[in-house]
Amino acid sequence: MAAHLKKRVYEEFSKVVQQLPHEEVPAKKLRLTKPSKSAALHIDLCKATNATDALQYLLNFARKPVEAESVEGVVRILLEHYYKEVDNSVRLKIASLLGLLSKTAGFSPDCIVDDVISTLNNDKSKQVLAQLLDTLLVIGTQLPENIAVTQRLIDVACKHLNSTFFGVRNKCLQLLGCLGTVDKPLTKESETGPSASATPPRDVPSLISDYFSDQDPRVRTAAIKAMLQLHERGMKLQQTVYNQACKLLSDDYEQVRSAAVQMVWPFLMAFIVPIPSSNEEIRLVDDSFGKICHMVSDGSWVVRVQAAKLLGSMQQVSPHFLEQTLDKKLMSDLRRKRTAHERAKELYTSGEFSSGRRWADDAPKEKVDTSGVNLIDSGACGAFVHGLEDEMYEVRIAAVEALCSLAQASPSFAEKCLDFLVDMFNDEIEEVRLQSIHALRQISTNITLREDQLDTVLAVLEDSSRDIREALHELLCYANVSTKECIQLALLELLKNLTKYPTDRNSVWKCLKFLGARHPTLVLPIVPELLSTHPYFDTPEPDMDDPAYIAVLVLVFNAAKSCPTMPALFSDHTFRHYAYLRDSLSHLVPQLRLPGRKQVAGTSSETSGVGAGSLESAQHFLQESLARVSTLQNLDSPGAQELLHFTIRDLQRLGELQTDLAGSADFCATYLHCQLLLMKALQEKLWNMAVPLCLKQNAMASTAAQQILEETYKLEFLYSGLESRQVATIHNVRLQAKALQLILIARTKRGVEPLLALCEKFLQEVEAFQRLFITELPHFQDSFVEKLLELMPRLVACKPLDLVKILQTTLRQSRFIHLKLPEQIHRALATIIEPTGESDNPLRFTSGLVVALDIDATLEHVQEPQTVVKVQVLYPDGQSHIIHPKPGDFRTPGPGRVRLITQVYLSHSAWTEPCQIEVRLLLAYSSSSSKLAAPKPAWNESMEGLPTSENLIEGTINLSKPVKVFIMPKPARR
Amino acid sequence: MPDIKVTPLGAGQDVGRSCILVSIGGKNIMLDCGMHMGYNDDRRFPDFSYITQNGRLTDYLDCVIISHFHLDHCGALPYMSEMVGYDGPIYMTHPTKAICPILLEDFRKITVDKKGETNFFTSQMIKDCMKKVVPLNLHQTVQVDDELEIKAYYAGHVLGAAMVQIKVGSESVVYTGDYNMTPDRHLGAAWIDKCRPDILITESTYATTIRDSKRCRERDFLKKVHESIERGGKVLIPVFALGRAQELCILLETFWERMNLKAPIYFSTGLTEKANHYYKLFITWTNQKIRKTFVQRNMFEFKHIKAFDRSYADNPGPMVVFATPGMLHAGQSLQIFKKWAGNEKNMVIMPGYCVQGTVGHKILNGQKKLEMEGRATLEVKLQVEYMSFSAHADAKGIMQLIRMAEPHNILLVHGEAKKMAFLKDKIEQEFNISCYMPANGETTTVTTNPSVPVDISLNLLKREMALGGPLPDPKRPRTMHGTLIMKDNSLRLVSPEQALKELGLSEHQLRFTCRVHLQDPHSDTDTLSRIYSHLKSVLKGYAVQHLPDSTVMVESIVLKVSSSAEEPDLKVVLLSWCFQDEELGSFLSTLLKKGLPSAL
Repeated sequence: MAAHLKKRVYEEFSKVVQQLPHEEVPAKKLRLTKPSKSAALHIDLCKATNATDALQYLLNFARKPVEAESVEGVVRILLEHYYKEVDNSVRLKIASLLGLLSKTAGFSPDCIVDDVISTLNNDKSKQVLAQLLDTLLVIGTQLPENIAVTQRLIDVACKHLNSTFFGVRNKCLQLLGCLGTVDKPLTKESETGPSASATPPRDVPSLISDYFSDQDPRVRTAAIKAMLQLHERGMKLQQTVYNQACKLLSDDYEQVRSAAVQMVWPFLMAFIVPIPSSNEEIRLVDDSFGKICHMVSDGSWVVRVQAAKLLGSMQQVSPHFLEQTLDKKLMSDLRRKRTAHERAKELYTSGEFSSGRRWADDAPKEKVDTSGVNLIDSGACGAFVHGLEDEMYEVRIAAVEALCSLAQASPSFAEKCLDFLVDMFNDEIEEVRLQSIHALRQISTNITLREDQLDTVLAVLEDSSRDIREALHELLCYANVSTKECIQLALLELLKNLTKYPTDRNSVWKCLKFLGARHPTLVLPIVPELLSTHPYFDTPEPDMDDPAYIAVLVLVFNAAKSCPTMPALFSDHTFRHYAYLRDSLSHLVPQLRLPGRKQVAGTSSETSGVGAGSLESAQHFLQESLARVSTLQNLDSPGAQELLHFTIRDLQRLGELQTDLAGSADFCATYLHCQLLLMKALQEKLWNMAVPLCLKQNAMASTAAQQILEETYKLEFLYSGLESRQVATIHNVRLQAKALQLILIARTKRGVEPLLALCEKFLQEVEAFQRLFITELPHFQDSFVEKLLELMPRLVACKPLDLVKILQTTLRQSRFIHLKLPEQIHRALATIIEPTGESDNPLRFTSGLVVALDIDATLEHVQEPQTVVKVQVLYPDGQSHIIHPKPGDFRTPGPGRVRLITQVYLSHSAWTEPCQIEVRLLLAYSSSSSKLAAPKPAWNESMEGLPTSENLIEGTINLSKPVKVFIMPKPARR
Repeated sequence: MPDIKVTPLGAGQDVGRSCILVSIGGKNIMLDCGMHMGYNDDRRFPDFSYITQNGRLTDYLDCVIISHFHLDHCGALPYMSEMVGYDGPIYMTHPTKAICPILLEDFRKITVDKKGETNFFTSQMIKDCMKKVVPLNLHQTVQVDDELEIKAYYAGHVLGAAMVQIKVGSESVVYTGDYNMTPDRHLGAAWIDKCRPDILITESTYATTIRDSKRCRERDFLKKVHESIERGGKVLIPVFALGRAQELCILLETFWERMNLKAPIYFSTGLTEKANHYYKLFITWTNQKIRKTFVQRNMFEFKHIKAFDRSYADNPGPMVVFATPGMLHAGQSLQIFKKWAGNEKNMVIMPGYCVQGTVGHKILNGQKKLEMEGRATLEVKLQVEYMSFSAHADAKGIMQLIRMAEPHNILLVHGEAKKMAFLKDKIEQEFNISCYMPANGETTTVTTNPSVPVDISLNLLKREMALGGPLPDPKRPRTMHGTLIMKDNSLRLVSPEQALKELGLSEHQLRFTCRVHLQDPHSDTDTLSRIYSHLKSVLKGYAVQHLPDSTVMVESIVLKVSSSAEEPDLKVVLLSWCFQDEELGSFLSTLLKKGLPSAL
């Protein structure tokens, strides 16, 4: 191919020698280097005089990727050297390289199985043997369908199982775990192996289970893992294995115990049927639950974490057992004692608060029957109590998570574990506190908080950590409370919180909104008190700007929504305040049906009527307008521009009206806008004019091209939920814009040299399009891209100026591609909550030093915000800084929503006057990070040789409106 | 059989005066050397005359180990080492070594200066005694001498508390001292590996108690303090200087930090300041949270807790004050109490048990009027709260430790006899191992079955390997032939040839010969060939040869047939085998005695 090309090049462009590189496509370059790669390796290895050198060469070699076609050759060379090599470490490296190579996509490793197995039989070094088995494992996993190879590998593994080196045994067990099958007993092995003739045919699980009692803990661990692997691959495990695993739970080694804990778990799923043990019936799931509960008080914290995590996944355990995990069976001096939780509940039900004032109110009551108490074997007893007060916070977190997932499954358990979760609010580590608040939120649908419990929960509102407070607000949004006193208590504490931490304003209001909406009947009796109205006297009108008063109103109005009798209790100014708040804080204050307020009532009925059907009709409208546009066949047709104009306007308005469809509507509008711009740029009469005469028009067209390009990047990266087809459409538009740019450059610039590189680049992009969207091509009939691809052979061969001409005609002739909407499109959106930009007090700091600016923003529908979202600071002198927030600054309060709370450091030299800087969020993109980029190569370290850097385009899109902040750097005083 | 002897001199079925003697593998060790708080006479200290009537203890003890700095575990140490006389090593952990002399000095001051006792140890004696101390690190194995080694494990309880493993050869004893299996705000939980000691000597203070989660207690405590502060009241917390005081400080400090509270917290000075200093230093002995965050901030460098001055008590506004002593019987805590008792906004929180007769005990029992010295009565209007924080393992914790260590025998000390009995029953029932609870002065003897290590020659091992299966099974015993050489205090197992060579002995051949009478009518040669074919058919897989000199060889066993002239039918078969072939030889003789089958 290359030779053929060259010939053509010389025929046609004999004068232009520089064009050679232009015609060389990068893929072909690679092919030229390929043979040299394996050859170079060969030479290197021959050159190596000692083992260290050889090892160094191999290490260097491993850093570069090898193409699928040349793998075979490389493998041969490696094997050749392998046979010659004396040094163990070099052989080991070669063996590991073989494994790496066989992972190369597109290479089928069955051809090297024989070689590896034969070397396996000859090698003496145990480490090398282990590595070779590892290589076989890789090969085996690459060829899951090839039964013959699998069977051979299993035989090999069985043969080496009795090696004296633990590593070899480990690898054999791994092999068996990954490849072994249960249904097929290993009869073959007994036939072929002469020594094994005496042993009866064994199946893989029983073979593996032999190694449960191996002398080496590492082998025992490997055996358990292999068994687990078998289970994961869908093999049924035997009852006997369970008993063996239980024995391993008391192993001396931490890693074995840890693996054994995992081993016990699958049995829960496997055998739920009751099985008779000795004389009483205990379900297997209960039995293993008890065993794992036991492990929560293991000596090693790794095992404890493991066990605590597993507890959460055991949802079929009988409630009787489950409840025991929360009961430690307290006693004092052999007399039964009630727990503090029980006492608190009793006090509460008896109508008295827990005063704790009396000494010995925890005095033990009845005497315990000594024979009835068993201190240790009660299995599940108090497992969670232990887990929650463990020394390591990892264990505590795991226990909280487990509690949460168990409670979600069982409401009665949720009721019981509530006290324990509330207790965790007081943990010494913030992470644990946060986790337990989240856990409580997740189960709060199942429970109703008692007054004393709520009291404890609310105490956390004074926490100085913002995360904790906000998590608690979130929790209160979902919490059910039992009495009106609870509401009062909650309101009181929230108001206290508001005065202590005024920044929590929004969060507190939102919390009260849900609290009110959830408990209208509880709010009703306390409304007069809340609004401080009096049956006879007029009370002074409260200050409308007081956040606390707003908070109360939010609570009341939301309660009033489902409680029609409530507005009767409002005083006049309340109605006025309602109207004001409904306008200013519409997201917090709902529509109310107020008597005597016609205009309000009117609009409310209207909106409620529209509410149900409007989404459908809007959808319908969207589809219709798209269909209308799709009648446009050609960009030149008359009236097309007007139609596009109107449709764009309609769509934009639709997006404003119907928030659910905003994403789709915006997307369509932007796309159509691109088309419109393109249309305008092409329709100009300027194309027939001489170059020098049309500078102005040129400028206009080039700005259009630039704008289209920007818009396409927005289309591609700002919207989530796009399918490959839409992305292809966007790319098509982008190519069109690029072609336009190319034409403009060709017209304005003199000389061929700069044009050459541009043409080459353009052609590469067209090829890239073909590579990426090969499956989508059928949808692109008569499109720009399709025509280009048809003409590709000609384009590759022709001169730049011809190319430009061809492009020009294709651009004008190509059909308009209709946008097909995917299911859901969301536009990435960010709002900066803080700074608000309203402050008139400048932020003063000494110039040359830094000042920290707190930024609080919410992000919606941004994928992987940690990597793409940046903060831009624009100084009045045009300087701009881009700051990458730490990954830890992103919090996820809910699905699809991300909260960014970060600090931005500002600094500048001195100013004379306070000035405003602009802060905004940016979305960084790079075309290589596009979802459709080629999959990553199997070689991890091989990033250097990849052609990614060539057509990598990086840029940023504005994600939020800029916020202005007054700052004032002062000169330092001497 | 070797045995281990344990004799408690104190703490046997009793709390206080911990002192336990252990004899293991010919070594004598004293574990703890404490005093009894309840006595002021000779019973205060352990009875060292049990060890020897006169003279110094140095000759009778190999070492003394102190588990932690509480006086009931180390109070008698200067008395023992300086007044009775002991010059050997005393082992304790670094924090214990640092804090112990402070407490001893304080104790000495109270007894000598305040109570005016004579014949008590002096400050110099304490110093001399501390010079004999060898510090221990956690998990560090210390060789006391060639055979005796000790190793410390973390025990929780108080700063620097340790459990000790004592090991001689393959025999070992673990002494727990006081320990805590649930972590608290400043210390972690006790931990030990599966060391399988012959005896586990464990404390059993809370043998009959299973405690509630500490979280409720903490929450209650914080809530009470917080409420009182919000009301504008003052909170008095009487404490003893070390241990719980630090835990409560950390608890309040973090709470203040979290809740952004501004009210001052004071700590009465004195002994505590010195002790707090050591808490700052020994960060590695604290719990996970403090260990991990001390780089940013040492938790014991309190931000909100300041030193107390007498004049602060009259300051207006809310405050929290920690003051000693813990039972409100004297000193600063009582003075402050008197000042604050009249205001119902104030509160006193008793964090521990109070002895009868103290003010603390009275107010806990709800007494509203207290009689002070000189007729004056004090009205108690302030709130009185009780909050128990204890750092001993409860019954479940003890069982958990036993499960962790997997001992062969258990010995209970440091607890009341009645409670011990309950726990003893439980342990025997649950673990099926024997449990002892000796009284003071009573010796418990436990026979051990230590394994004796023997060096085996590599050649012999390889030969055995070649004979046997592929892998030795560690779970199953296997017999092998070899010669045991006991020489110069070492045991070696070698092959017989090597043993002969080493000892310069020549090998003696031992041959057994035996005659078997057979009734056979055939001639001698025929009989022989018949025997030959018989053996050939019976002993498959063995080399059976018919040699030309009219003998049959089975491996190395020689068979000959002869008959006397008188009775030609009575054949005498002569069998001769050497000692190594004893098994085969005796088999052959019995086989031949049964006669030849007629079929041949």
